[in-house]
Amino acid sequence: MKVLYFAWLRERVGMAEETVTPPEDVATVADLIEHLKTRSPAHAEALGDTRVVRCAVDQEHAQPGDSVRGASEVAFFPPVTGG
Amino acid sequence: MTVKVQREDFDIGAELDSLTEGRHGVGGLASFVGLVRDIHGGAEVSAMTLEHYPGMTERELERIATEAKERWPLDEVLIVHRYGRLEPGDRIVLCAASSAHRHAALEACAFLIDWLKTKAPFWKLEATGGADKWVDARESDDEAAKRWRETSG
Repeated sequence: MKVLYFAWLRERVGMAEETVTPPEDVATVADLIEHLKTRSPAHAEALGDTRVVRCAVDQEHAQPGDSVRGASEVAFFPPVTGG
Repeated sequence: MTVKVQREDFDIGAELDSLTEGRHGVGGLASFVGLVRDIHGGAEVSAMTLEHYPGMTERELERIATEAKERWPLDEVLIVHRYGRLEPGDRIVLCAASSAHRHAALEACAFLIDWLKTKAPFWKLEATGGADKWVDARESDDEAAKRWRETSG
């Protein structure tokens, strides 16, 4: 799946997007965050405080317990500040 | 229903006129324009860069506009949101709703901007005193959006 990062998450992870193939046991958004945190110290730091990390699965807002199985695009970003 | 995500500025008069042209059943058109302020949290803002999530942004704004049309008897809904580098005084966003009567138009317009602020994937990076800082989400924005969950419209 394609994983995208926006705003300060992009800066802290050090990339805007990457392609990952999560292990079989990654079922939810929360599982995927734990998996991504193992990829590098920068990932672990950026995704460390889940209170300020929001997620979208295939371009729809998602909660930590929502499924990522079969998703083609998962994005992580801070709470939105448009308008 | 019209949703535009663009770098360039927009003409408020032309955008609003396009909503009511030839539509004589419309009795009221409500609009909100968001602008870049030069002060935020006591710090002077020299510029702002709006990042967004191309693809999801358009889809999310369309969902918000659709929701407004389901809640109120509206004729038209318009959302124009800019991205990129903006300076104090620049326009950021235009929300508008038209209806036969004013209440539906005014309420729907407030709903559009309140929901947009907590749902549309935009992030503001402010330049203040030589340093760039990502703007934190405000709890008051969540509260403003929440009131539309408690009322059916």
